[in-house]
Amino acid sequence: MRRRLLRALPAVLLAAALLAAWELYVDVAGVEGDLLPAPHAVVTALWESGDLVLRNFTVTAEEVVLGLGLALLSGFALAVMIHLSPLLRRAAYPLAVGSQAVPIPVIGVLLVFWWGFGIFPKLVVIALICFFPVLVTTVDGLAAVDPDQLKLLRTLDASRWQAFRFAELPAALPAALSGARIALTVGVIGAFIAETTTPTSGPYPGLGREIITDVNFQTPRAYAGTAVLFVFAIACFYTLSLAERKLAPWTTRQQGELHR
Amino acid sequence: MPTEVQPREHSPHRESSAREDVRLKDVSRSYGRERGGAIQAVAGVSLAVGRGELLAVVGPSGCGKTTLLELICGLQAPDRGSVTCAPAVLMPQRDLLLPWLSAIDNAALALRIARLSRVDARRRAATLFAELGLDGFEHAYPRELSGGMRQRVAFLRTLLSGKSVLCLDEPFGALDAITRVEMQEWLAQALAREPRTVVLVTHDVEEAIMLADRVAVLSPRPGRMIEELEVDIPHPRARTDAEVITLRERALLTLRLGGHR
Repeated sequence: MRRRLLRALPAVLLAAALLAAWELYVDVAGVEGDLLPAPHAVVTALWESGDLVLRNFTVTAEEVVLGLGLALLSGFALAVMIHLSPLLRRAAYPLAVGSQAVPIPVIGVLLVFWWGFGIFPKLVVIALICFFPVLVTTVDGLAAVDPDQLKLLRTLDASRWQAFRFAELPAALPAALSGARIALTVGVIGAFIAETTTPTSGPYPGLGREIITDVNFQTPRAYAGTAVLFVFAIACFYTLSLAERKLAPWTTRQQGELHR
Repeated sequence: MPTEVQPREHSPHRESSAREDVRLKDVSRSYGRERGGAIQAVAGVSLAVGRGELLAVVGPSGCGKTTLLELICGLQAPDRGSVTCAPAVLMPQRDLLLPWLSAIDNAALALRIARLSRVDARRRAATLFAELGLDGFEHAYPRELSGGMRQRVAFLRTLLSGKSVLCLDEPFGALDAITRVEMQEWLAQALAREPRTVVLVTHDVEEAIMLADRVAVLSPRPGRMIEELEVDIPHPRARTDAEVITLRERALLTLRLGGHR
């Protein structure tokens, strides 16, 4: 635990230095508070509107977690299908690439028309933005399996499913997890896009929508919300890294631990 | 122990007679049709391996040794001739251990494929694992093992496939000299404990004579059988035995002449 804290020290020091420089810059250059609030003003705003920020954050966090879950599932499933079917690969891969160019506001209204003002349209937006890195890395990971290993499995009378389960799937897992990490970092901004393009009926619209409302007249509060998202993205990223060590232990255990 | 190929009634593929586990009759195989000329890997090879016998196949690089093993294992079909053999399994040149499975799970892979549960597969593998000197490495990942240990695990995986013919493709080719000698002794012990019919492909003539009951010498590509040597020396053999040296020199001479006498 102490070692882990020590490892976080450089990041903490760098953040502190940047915050100090920011504070100094606002003070010395006399920047208006509604253009760039000083860090102390952001902290004050966070303190005063803590409840509002927290409730909106809960909404956003739920969207991010569920949306990412949907993205990982659909990206991984599509990758497996594309891997198994060359026909599907030729048919669906270009469309998946194209889907990344669709400006979300174009389809926002349609999503709301289909699924209403609840959370589901937002999950779809997040999944649409985040499935792609998972898809690409998993497809490449599945294809990168050593063909000799597949041949070996065949000599041991493995079925197609067993070859997939014992060789292709585990071979693709580290790549899929890298894709998941990319997806995760895009996921938070994905939630912001989702909230600002599909209206909500609930009392708390989420941090993204709140930030957009605040940015002109409550600028410090918009920055406070941004800071929360900032920290949330970091937390998600390292949580996944921890999960990675559990899911793919053979990639992380150091050589020489047991034997020369 | 059959020393020469005897004419026999043609029997269907994948079956064996009581005395012979492997029988190749006038087998040829070529690859590719690039620029008009196909590469002929083996040409008119006939050989037979008796049950429990260890046949070593030596030859220069690219003489179709690997092709021969893949024909025996049914991974390829011959262009001409017939292959008759008991269920055979290939131990490839590279160990090809799965990096995500522990040593014991790699050894037990064939049992998992035969739909045993992980627990049962491990239990079945554990006894041999310990007997063959792999004690304590059960839960190591392949990357944590030395080259020699990896080959042992790969051999165990081959053994546990339950097939009666083992095709070993230069199993110790990538090891350093000392480890290779250790591994040859280890293999002899392992086979004494778990007898199988073995076809061992190697470019190391000494290794062939130390381990085999019979040595088949192949010519450069296309591989043809140019000599068969009976190794009638009791185990354990020593590299310095006069008979070992005599046979080794004879095999080397045959190889150097490459069948052009």
